Amino acid sequence: MHRTKVTVVEEALDANNTIASANRMDFDRAGVTVINFMSAPGAGKTTLLERVASSLPGVRVGVLEGDVQGSLDADRLAGLHIPVVQLNTDSGFGGECHLDANMVRSAIPALPLEEIDLLIVENVGNLVCPAEFRIGEDARVMVTAVTEGEDKPLKYPLMFRACELVLVNKIDLLPHLDFDLDSLLYNIDQVHPDVERMLVSSRTGEGIDAWREWLLRLAVGDQVAA
Amino acid sequence: MHELALSSAIVATVEKHAAGRRVSLVTLRVGRLRQVVPETLEFYFEFVARGSVCEGARLEHELVEARLQCNLCATEWSIDVPAFRCPSCGDGGVSVIGGNEFQVESIEVEEAECIAPR
Repeated sequence: MHRTKVTVVEEALDANNTIASANRMDFDRAGVTVINFMSAPGAGKTTLLERVASSLPGVRVGVLEGDVQGSLDADRLAGLHIPVVQLNTDSGFGGECHLDANMVRSAIPALPLEEIDLLIVENVGNLVCPAEFRIGEDARVMVTAVTEGEDKPLKYPLMFRACELVLVNKIDLLPHLDFDLDSLLYNIDQVHPDVERMLVSSRTGEGIDAWREWLLRLAVGDQVAA
Repeated sequence: MHELALSSAIVATVEKHAAGRRVSLVTLRVGRLRQVVPETLEFYFEFVARGSVCEGARLEHELVEARLQCNLCATEWSIDVPAFRCPSCGDGGVSVIGGNEFQVESIEVEEAECIAPR
């Protein structure tokens, strides 16, 4: 027996990216724009979805809910009368902390794509892992809440870089917090220069119009391009 | 935590190249911009590798520095803190030319000796 070195030089996540491309083709063929919606747990993803999901004129929204367990978020969204599909990542020995392309692929048959123009995939709440896995999305949006601290971009740079839009949520709480908004915005700019960002409050509705318009632009622009 | 999924991705990549041969060493190139904890990766790799050609294989890694290039003035520099604006001209349009790697660089496989008649 002897040992031989074999040169490989292959990105280990190529397999995920291949499946992500297949998802993207399926979504494009069905005319569906897809957003990968990410944040830490409790930053307000579901509430921000509730704010816009049924108020985008001419755009039919569907939601794919990723959670380790349960269907609490899906149940909340069910009241909006839009298609919501729950995807649990608990596969036996502890749930995965993120969605990957294959998990999203497994959910495609359950999604009524012909009834959806804009599919928002609410990822598992986590600032680390979802940033590593493309799922076949057109755009990635992340939410950071002002209750999380100004230094988060510096601690989780991959997530703050792996997005095309940053929503800074819960700004209604600013008067009650020792939070330096300028410092957060500076840190975001250090990590992801010139990334688009919006200050919003899912509670008061401040900034929600801009978030809605961003989604509309993306969904309609995608249709025009297709 | 995603080191579990990354370990599975490593094993799947190695299996493609091992062609059924037993693997004794896997060498990775891990960019500094990836949020990968090598010790955690080794822990999960040992677990995920069981029952595959990678069972019992060692996992080694080489860290790749984060290297950036300004799209405007072409300055190249390395970072060890997340500061992505160009230090020369201040522009934000920057390309990552190193540091995003999560590659299987090479593997070491065990070959049966060729028993040639003398």
